This record gives sequence, structure tokens and C-alpha cells, in this order.
Amino acid sequence: MELTYEGTSAFAKSFGLIYLMVLSLGITVYAFWPSLGKRFDRAAKSVLDDEEGPCR
Amino acid sequence: MMTRLTVAERQSAMFISGLVAVAGFAMAVAGHGDPMGAHGWITLLFAATLFFLAGEALYHDEPTEDRSAEYYDDPTKAGILISLAWAVIGMGMGVWVAAQLAWPDLRFDAAWSSFGRLRPVHTSGVIFGFGGNALIATSFHVMQRTSRARLAGHVSPWFVLLGFNLFCIIAASGYLMGVTQSKEYAEPEWYADLWLVVVWVVYFVLYVRTLARRNEPHIYVANWYYMAFILVVAILHIVNNLAVPASFDAAKSYSAFAGVQDAMTQWWYGHNAVAFFLTAGFLGMLYYYLPKRAERPIYSYRLSILSFWGIVFFYIWAGSHHLHYTALPQWAQTLGMTFSVMLLVPSWASAGNALMTLNGAWDKVRTDATLRFMMMAAVFYGLSTFEGSFMAVRAVNSLSHYTDWTVGHVHAGAMGWVALITFGSIYTVVPLLWRRETMYSWKLVEWHFWLALAGTVIYIFAMWNSGITQGLMWRTYTESGTLAYSFLETMLAMYPYYVARVIGGSLFLVGAILAAFNVVMTIRNVGYRAPQIDYPTASEAGEPAIPAAE
Repeated sequence: MELTYEGTSAFAKSFGLIYLMVLSLGITVYAFWPSLGKRFDRAAKSVLDDEEGPCR
Repeated sequence: MMTRLTVAERQSAMFISGLVAVAGFAMAVAGHGDPMGAHGWITLLFAATLFFLAGEALYHDEPTEDRSAEYYDDPTKAGILISLAWAVIGMGMGVWVAAQLAWPDLRFDAAWSSFGRLRPVHTSGVIFGFGGNALIATSFHVMQRTSRARLAGHVSPWFVLLGFNLFCIIAASGYLMGVTQSKEYAEPEWYADLWLVVVWVVYFVLYVRTLARRNEPHIYVANWYYMAFILVVAILHIVNNLAVPASFDAAKSYSAFAGVQDAMTQWWYGHNAVAFFLTAGFLGMLYYYLPKRAERPIYSYRLSILSFWGIVFFYIWAGSHHLHYTALPQWAQTLGMTFSVMLLVPSWASAGNALMTLNGAWDKVRTDATLRFMMMAAVFYGLSTFEGSFMAVRAVNSLSHYTDWTVGHVHAGAMGWVALITFGSIYTVVPLLWRRETMYSWKLVEWHFWLALAGTVIYIFAMWNSGITQGLMWRTYTESGTLAYSFLETMLAMYPYYVARVIGGSLFLVGAILAAFNVVMTIRNVGYRAPQIDYPTASEAGEPAIPAAE
């Protein structure tokens, strides 16, 4: 298959666009998924007590 | 330190260093009369020293410590000290080359001390020597704490740290001998590149294996950044260094790419070295040490996830903005420009997240210079990413490119962001690692902060002035349509700014020397403080790490 500008840009404009949109949507959904909030909160706090405070 | 390894581990350390020593000897013989031969001797000396260090400890008793009860911090400690040594060397070289630009006689008429050879010693010294060692050392610290698990292996972290430093030494000594691939930030020749691939793969495997042992259900976001740093740097390094050696007994190779493809590959590498070496890795530092020092959780964990993926996906495309107005197709330039502008969103999200974390702890920022280092790093991160997006716009680039403005921009990022966050992290981690009550002198930390800030500001303003002056002089035409200024006239116009840059860089260097002194004195002179608790939780612990307050 010959690599042409038309072919590459058609691929980038279709597949590339879809892949970036799907990924960004997926990541946004993951980051804001309500039930994951507790897990994220705990992860955020987990670094504060790993050296000084009791770790369990 | 060697006696903390088991006898079997000491043996494998001897085996590995023995192999490397043999390889070094083979290089020395094959490359006789070429810089590669000198590199062979350096490798042999380096590996033989390690061989005998391990061998000397071989007949000592087995270690008695309970490995499941403690983190393994020896490689981290060594990495922090090596990083500080490289900081002094690399920044010292920076001051020297800056002074050469103002006063060319400082070359002293030798070949090895010419600007073209010393400059890569400066760039590699600070980026890989100082930054790289700090990244490796802090990543070992962060991955263990956030996973609440001990490093997966005891020889491999040493292999990564020391192998990486062998690469740095080969790189720096090669530049002085005139060895270069002529690729920015990828100057070392083929054998050094192959060696770095081995080291880097071991680093990646070590990181993944440690994470696999974790006792935390969620992988903390700092680890994501460190992982992105390791993984993407591996890909970039391998692709950009694809080359065919001219022969196997000399340090000369030819790139697999030619012409504009070579330029595009190089700047895809070059810009992502900035993105994944100098940004992602150091954001990993920021997301761990800033909340830790401020004693406040990150402002928005969800935002940190969003900005992580934003940075990862946008940065990969931005490299072509280095090639505006070149033979690179216009659409590829525009692509790089567009993604560079979009990058501002995740970059400012990270900087804002860091500053919002400090909102409510401003009294600590005022009294604690260590935290102030990290605060100022976040500010400079925001400033330099804004400047970068702006300079990537083709019209702005037509003024800024090839001028000192670019140099100023790089140093806003490298000094203001990378070095400040690293020093802040080092001041945070040193008392924790060595179990000290505090740093030896908080006044020295305070001095260092103001020297570093003053040095950075002087440097950046000098380069803004110089770069814009230069850019405007280059594009000024006379009425008859010829250039109004000769190149020499632009050089004379830049002279005062070059002197100012030497002053700014010197202030920054003095700060780094104070930091190294302060760290050494902390280790030697400050009293021991047992931590309340600092150990990995047992794997059986079903739900680990509930903070005591809850």
C-alpha cells in the first residue's frame, strides 16, 4: 500500500478523531464517576500519613 | 550498604558488574585509538570498582533485618546525593558556557573546552544527571510509600541507578572528546544508547513489579506520572536513536532517518523529552511531595486524573512546533501548533491544582521555604507552559525562533519549574529518609530559595530582552530592502544580557552548592528521630491505610 498524504489524513481525520474523542470522554466519565469519589478521596489522603502517622 | 544485601544478591551484583567490566574491556580493545576505547576503559573502571565493592562484602554475615517490615531506601539515599553532585557539576558547566558567550577567551584555547562540547555537558548534566537521578531516587521513595510495599528487588534498583549514572558519565566524557550524534538531548552514540535501553527496561519492570505488590487498592496519581515518564521516555529514546553504527569498533553511527523525517523524529523526541522527562516525572514529584509537605490532600484528585490524560495525549503531538517555517509540511506544523495551544488546559489544571492545594496553608508557605520552593515551582510551571503555548503559535515563533527567547523559555521551565520542585522535594525527603529531626539549617534553605528565585528571574528577563532584541534586529529591513543589521551588530547588542545571564546563573549555582552542603550537614550533624511508623503493611491486611483520624 502506498503511503499518501490523502490516505494518511483521511485516516487521521476519521479514526484519529474518533479515538481521541472516545478516550477523552472515557477518561472524563472515569474521573467523575460518582461511586469512585470515596476511592479517590482516600487515595488523596493516603499520602499524608504514610511516613509519620499510623498507616493502618 | 552492601552488607544489607543477602549473600546471593551480593553474588549477582558481582556477576552483573563482572559482565559489564568484561564488556568494557572488549570495548577498550576493539575501540583502541577511538573515543570508544576511552569509554571502554571508563566502563571497565566503573564496573570493576562495583565488582570489588560487592566482593569485599561477600564474606560478611547475612543481613538480619526483617525485610517485610521496612522500606528499602538505600538506593534512594544514594540517588539524592548523586543528583546533588550532578547539580553542582551541571550548573557549574552552565555558568561556564554562559560566561564563554560573554567572554569567549574563557575557552582557554583548548578543543575540549569549546562551547559546542561543553554545552551538552551542561544540558545532559542538569537534565539527566541532576533531574534524572532525582527522578529515579524520588520514584523509588514514592512508589514504595504509595504502594505501602517494599521495592521488588534489591539488586535491580542499584542496577538502574548506577547503570543510569554510567550512561551519564559516558555521555559527558564523550562530549568532551567530541563524540556526538548531533541530536539535541540525544547526543550520546550507539553503544551508550543501547546500554540505556537495558537500564530503562529494568527500571520499568522494577516499577511495575513493585506496584504489583502494593497493599493499596488504588494506584496513587503520582505513580501514573512516573510510569508515563518511564514508558514514554523508553519509546522516544529507542525510536530517535535508531541508527546504524559505521563500524563496531568506533563511536560513529548514522541515523536511520534522513532529511525532514530525521528532523521531525528528533523534535518529536526533543519536545517529548521536555514533556515526559521534565514534566511528567516532576509532576509525579509535585503530586506526592507538595500534599505531603503542606499536610493537605491534593485539591482535586479528579482534576489530577483529567490533567494526566490531557498532558499525555496532547504532548505527543506538539513536537512539530519546533519546525515552523522549515521543509516540514505546513499541515504537520499546524498540527503541532494546535496541540501546543490545547496543552495549556491540562498544564494550567495541574498548576492550578497545586496552588489550590496550598489555599488555606499560606501561613506555611510564608514560614516554610521548602513548601515555598514547591509553590514557586507550580507558578513557574504555569508561566512557562503559557509561554510555551504562545511561542508555538507560528506568528510568534517567527519572531522567537533561533533567538535567546527560546533559551529563556527553556530555563524558565528548567530552573523555575524542574529545579525548584526538585529542591523542594529533596528538602522534604532528606529528613524523612535519614530519619533526621529537621534540615541542618533552615536559614540556608531560605537563602537557597531567594538565590534560586533571583537567579531565575534575572536569567529569564535577560533572555527575554536579548531574544526579542535579536529577533527584531534580524527582521529589520532598510528602505532598499536589505537587512539593516549585520550579525555582529546583534551580537554586540546581546552582550549586556549575556553578562546578566552569567550573574543569574551564578546565583542559581550558589544556591545549589548551599543545598548540597545543607544535605551533607543534615546527614552528618542532625539528631536521629525515630518515625512513629514507616513500614509496608503486611499483604494480609485486607483493608490497609485507613487514616487514624477517620
